[in-house]
Amino acid sequence: MKKFQLDLIVADNRMAGPSATLLTLQYPGELPDMVAGQFAELQVPSAKVLLRRPISIHSIDRKNNLIEFLIQIVGEGTQSLADIKAGEKVNVLLPLGNGFSYRSTHVAKPLLIGGGVGVAPLLFLGQEFAEHGIRPTFLFGGRTEALILRKEEFQKYGDLFMTTEDGSAGEKGFVTNHSLLLDSEHFDRIYACGPTPMLKAVAHWAKEHEIACEVSLEHRMACGIGACLCCVEDTADQGNVCVCKEGPVFEIERLKWFN
Amino acid sequence: MVQLSTKIGSLELKNPVMTASGTFGYGTEYADFMDISRLGAIIVKGTTLAPRQGNPYPRMAETPSGMLNAVGLQNKGVDYFVDHIYPEVQKIGTAIIVNVSGSCIDDYVQTASIINTLDGIPAIELNISCPNVKQGGMAFGVNPESAAQVVSAVRKAYDKTLIVKLSPNVTDITEIARAVEGAGADSVSLINTMLGMAIDAEKRRPILSTVTGGMSGPAVKPVALRMVWQTAKAVKIPVIGLGGICSATDAIEFLLAGASAIQIGTANFIDPSISEKVVDGIADYLERHGFNSVQDIIGALQV
Ligand SMILES: Cc1cc2nc3c(=O)[nH]c(=O)nc-3n(C[C@H](O)[C@H](O)[C@H](O)COP(=O)(O)OP(=O)(O)OC[C@H]3O[C@@H](n4cnc5c(N)ncnc54)[C@H](O)[C@@H]3O)c2cc1C
Ligand SMILES: Cc1cc2nc3c(=O)[nH]c(=O)nc-3n(C[C@H](O)[C@H](O)[C@H](O)COP(=O)(O)O)c2cc1C
Ligand code: FES
Repeated sequence: MKKFQLDLIVADNRMAGPSATLLTLQYPGELPDMVAGQFAELQVPSAKVLLRRPISIHSIDRKNNLIEFLIQIVGEGTQSLADIKAGEKVNVLLPLGNGFSYRSTHVAKPLLIGGGVGVAPLLFLGQEFAEHGIRPTFLFGGRTEALILRKEEFQKYGDLFMTTEDGSAGEKGFVTNHSLLLDSEHFDRIYACGPTPMLKAVAHWAKEHEIACEVSLEHRMACGIGACLCCVEDTADQGNVCVCKEGPVFEIERLKWFN
Repeated sequence: MVQLSTKIGSLELKNPVMTASGTFGYGTEYADFMDISRLGAIIVKGTTLAPRQGNPYPRMAETPSGMLNAVGLQNKGVDYFVDHIYPEVQKIGTAIIVNVSGSCIDDYVQTASIINTLDGIPAIELNISCPNVKQGGMAFGVNPESAAQVVSAVRKAYDKTLIVKLSPNVTDITEIARAVEGAGADSVSLINTMLGMAIDAEKRRPILSTVTGGMSGPAVKPVALRMVWQTAKAVKIPVIGLGGICSATDAIEFLLAGASAIQIGTANFIDPSISEKVVDGIADYLERHGFNSVQDIIGALQV
């Protein structure tokens, strides 16, 4: 897929949780085609930050050429992105990496599992399923209810189930303990994004129940386009591969997570 | 039209802007963002005799105005390069230079002699300065005798332009530069990364899997500039300057300090079309100051 370097204009930037921002950017022309699970490298408007920050594509409005990013504020870079005002410009590289496989594999009953800000790419994925007449199931985990972001938005496209560590919403515990998973027949493919321990737990559950599963990894990146080899994950078939280019989405079979 | 061409040994470049090894892949990664054929040269990833998996993740940490990397020369080996990458990069339309690394003299010699057979590769850059592999790499580059030894061995096996990339992790870089000049190098490029370290205080652990790594980016520029200036005065062969170059102005500073050409590394990550902008920016500068040729500003620093 051809990649672009574009100057996008901030249409809106507002808090979307206790420490998360929803950044909406507009392109004056027609946005290029993008696949859910792909990401962008955003230039950060701060002299203290050198490298771009990789952020998943959260959703796309093709009619108005809008693209949304859901960003958890964890440091200088994400804080500066949260501080940008409407009307300002952000330079982005996109679309980067390989997204979820929904365009090439047939899926009837998808389960989309997200943890923390890992829910970000799953809205775009849910929208894509909805567009093809499939109502996905979302299963999101967080420490408390407030940290499960954009619930109403997700509910527009599918059924949302939750787990929280303190029991403030949904079932108490981790996503892999949710009663939804008692009947594994419900689903034919899992798409997951979130903290690595959660992804590993989901991958083990999926493997045990023989359900196809793909996960999106968030490794530290420098270039985002496969040039520097900073972002590698060790795979069973090819050894170290770049998460930014071969991923960020991987079929769990390729990962060395099961020994 | 100003003249941008420059010479490195017998190698004529259309302009003095190259991209640094390990930061520009094989060039094609950047083709969506710029016209890569406009570059003076592309120096491709560090290539070794046998394939290398590199170091474990994490390999990168951002530091104030710079970054650390610990890639550790991950590459598929010289045979893979010859069979699969060479046919592609040859078509790009600019000079392709292979960065050669090894862990013993024989590795360097064998890799260089294989590259020597490729008509489309006019030069190699011998990396005797990689801080990210246990044996070899930097070990050769921090001592004038071992640096001269590996360069003279490669010189016998390689008859095109031989560039030697120097490590800044030494007391006197001019001593190493003179040693490799004496051993037959056609040019020296400097600097490779500076040994550095980053710690995650919350976790009380190093950020890189290798604990230490190579520092690059704007933070190293003053050191690189000083070393290029000292080295250009100490040797007769052309010097290629790099380290933290992010703009045409940065590039011009290196040319003024005595570099015959420059390389852009970390800045490619910040702006993937920066190298093309630097080519245009150098031309603008020459016109603005009434120079006909880039040669007029090489070493033109008035002290
Ligand atoms: C493909 C991809 C998609 C992503 N999508 C999103 C998204 O949609 N929304 C979102 O909020 N974030 C996303 N991230 C993560 C985001 O890129 C980082 O949170 C961001 O770069 C941190 O920048 P900062 O300057 O704010 O923090 P820094 O100051 O760089 O770091 C803050 C803290 O986080 C740690 N840290 C930073 N990056 C990483 C990492 N990659 N792995 C482990 N620890 C790290 C640092 O050690 C530090 O403790 C994604 C990452 C990748 C690779
Ligand atoms: C991610 C990364 C990988 C690198 N790999 C190599 C390499 O394989 N061989 C080499 O000689 N130098 C390598 N370098 C060093 C650069 O070529 C360059 O010497 C250094 O980064 C300083 O220039 P800069 O500040 O413009 O980046 C690497 C640098 C980075 C950041
Ligand atoms: S971030 Fe550079 S190769 Fe992935």
